[in-house]
Amino acid sequence: MTGTFLGMPAFPQAAERAVRDGQLRANLRHATHTIRDKRARAVAELPDWAELRAAGKAIKDHTLRHLDRYLVQLEESVTAAGGTVHWAADAEEANRIVADLVHATAETEVVKVKSMATQEIGLNEALAAEGITAYETDLAELIVQLGDDRPSHILVPAIHRNRAEIREIFAERMADWGRPAPEGLTDSPAELAEAARLHLREKFLRAQVAVSGANFMVAETGTLVVVESEGNGRMCLTLPRTLISVVGIEKVVPTWRDLEVFLQLLPRSSTAERMNPYTSLWTGTTAGDGPSEFHLVLLDNGRTAVLADQVGRQALRCIRCSACLNVCPVYERAGGHAYGSVYPGPIGAILTPQLRGTTSPVDASLPYASSLCGACYDVCPVAIDIPEVLVHLRERVTEQGGHPMERAAIAAAGYVLDHPALLTAAERLAGRTRALHPRRLPGPGRAWTDTRDLPEVPAEPFRDWWRKNRP
Amino acid sequence: MTSRDLILGRIRAALGEPAPPEEQPLPRHYLTTHAPDEPAALLDLLHRNLADYRARVHRCTDVELPARIAELLATRGTRTVAVPPDLPPDWLGAVTAERLADDGTLTAARLDAVDSVVTGCALAIAETGTIVLDAGPGQGRRLLTLVPDHHVCVVRAPEQVVASVPLALPRLDPARPQTWISGPSATSDIELDRVEGVHGPRTLEVLLVTPA
Repeated sequence: MTGTFLGMPAFPQAAERAVRDGQLRANLRHATHTIRDKRARAVAELPDWAELRAAGKAIKDHTLRHLDRYLVQLEESVTAAGGTVHWAADAEEANRIVADLVHATAETEVVKVKSMATQEIGLNEALAAEGITAYETDLAELIVQLGDDRPSHILVPAIHRNRAEIREIFAERMADWGRPAPEGLTDSPAELAEAARLHLREKFLRAQVAVSGANFMVAETGTLVVVESEGNGRMCLTLPRTLISVVGIEKVVPTWRDLEVFLQLLPRSSTAERMNPYTSLWTGTTAGDGPSEFHLVLLDNGRTAVLADQVGRQALRCIRCSACLNVCPVYERAGGHAYGSVYPGPIGAILTPQLRGTTSPVDASLPYASSLCGACYDVCPVAIDIPEVLVHLRERVTEQGGHPMERAAIAAAGYVLDHPALLTAAERLAGRTRALHPRRLPGPGRAWTDTRDLPEVPAEPFRDWWRKNRP
Repeated sequence: MTSRDLILGRIRAALGEPAPPEEQPLPRHYLTTHAPDEPAALLDLLHRNLADYRARVHRCTDVELPARIAELLATRGTRTVAVPPDLPPDWLGAVTAERLADDGTLTAARLDAVDSVVTGCALAIAETGTIVLDAGPGQGRRLLTLVPDHHVCVVRAPEQVVASVPLALPRLDPARPQTWISGPSATSDIELDRVEGVHGPRTLEVLLVTPA
């Protein structure tokens, strides 16, 4: 994933800093509580929610079991409709493909629709290294980009910022990127949205190249779907001459009809609306309407490794609604940055360690960033059993070996337990040295005894007592 | 080896044995519609849901339509109005604003200076308060309904009103570029509070038209 996140501290250290930030906690609490109640109401409107959820799960599972077939079918459909399909095995290759496509247009700037996949591969940074400026056009992404910040939520990347902070970022930074913020900008959300509209409009009107992701790709028709609210997506998907969409291979669904399930599940789970303001669907290119050139970059970047894990692969069903973030007690307190990845919250805790592996401290700590309360599973519109995958990943982390002292202690205990004479001697020794035992463990064991009492060793081993007292 | 072969190979290796052809059809036990199967009630539902997401909804008969469109544009103070080339001519019969029919050469920059746009639609979904445009008759290219700040959209009831998403999709052609619109442009990006009006038309007026 993106280099921004390399060398991140493990979750507990990052979370400890975050929970001490009172402003951050207030912002997160306000936002997540607002949305979780709204979502519950939007879902309660549909008496067949459970059946929609079951269908969403089944369609995604079926697709994953035949992923090779559906990707080949998608490639044929997109090509037949006038698009060009590229395959990228990893982030570097995807970035290379996009940069080359932009160079071929001789443009040096692109407008972007919010896309998790392009954040995951660090596309903006890769394009910058090639002399290409990428302008984020989603309001929250703009806030993050102008603030030189990192996203902390899947749906609302600037959820950690309140309106006063956003006003400050706009007033101070917009001028560096284009049209400055209006004089006397206040922190009313309507005024902030207006400032973003003015700032970005000039970019939309001159843009020749757009980069997007997609929420769904339909194999049988070659149709791509982008679900959004602001209209920045429509601008990027309609006005430029060249459109490049970077999409994870797990986003494919088999049929046009399957959209009837996901276009009901996603908006209600995500922004808690019956339907989001704008949904764009396009199939290849259309003469005289929209981009004349369309490229689809199919991205693996670790997804096939996730697919190989029979328990973990359910994470690939994710439709990036972010309902699990909004109900998670850990996310609400720790915030998105602590997860050290563009995928924060419960889904990030199972997706990131699978995409990146569990070798770095932050990735190995993510499966533990949960109380296993299961609220995430309840709200997941495609029924990903996040607690099950968390426990599965904890197993994987423990199998790769714990602390060296822990391994040494376990090995020593094993040897002693295997040799009865040695065990007897050790027990007697322990009983006689009781007065010298520390209350807390030294060295690496100290943290364990921060919140626990060491068990008291009896004065006399049980087997000695038995020998003396048996009838 | 190409990356295509590499990725397809990784997928096949990850899945192990080729999956057996499925005998069980996918479980689709959800409802086809949640709405009443009665045209007047459906139209009321569409009206309510459009209004709930801050579209301005008006009703009239087909005979009244030209006068209502003229009235909406006059109230708005519209001086120039863009329209698709095949908009039914009588719709603008009473309009005094300068008319700009899109012959395929209107640029985004030109449309940015236009006050309003008037179009029809492909269909409307009552349950979700959604209008679907598919660049079909009376709708024009996608940019036409995107750049101007004021969109007046005509929905003919009952024939263009469907109850639900599952009933809408079979009536739509995937080969056509589509825009599904549910209320004016909005954002929830500031404290997850919905604010209307970002990049798309900030005012969406829907005219629900019934036969006289």
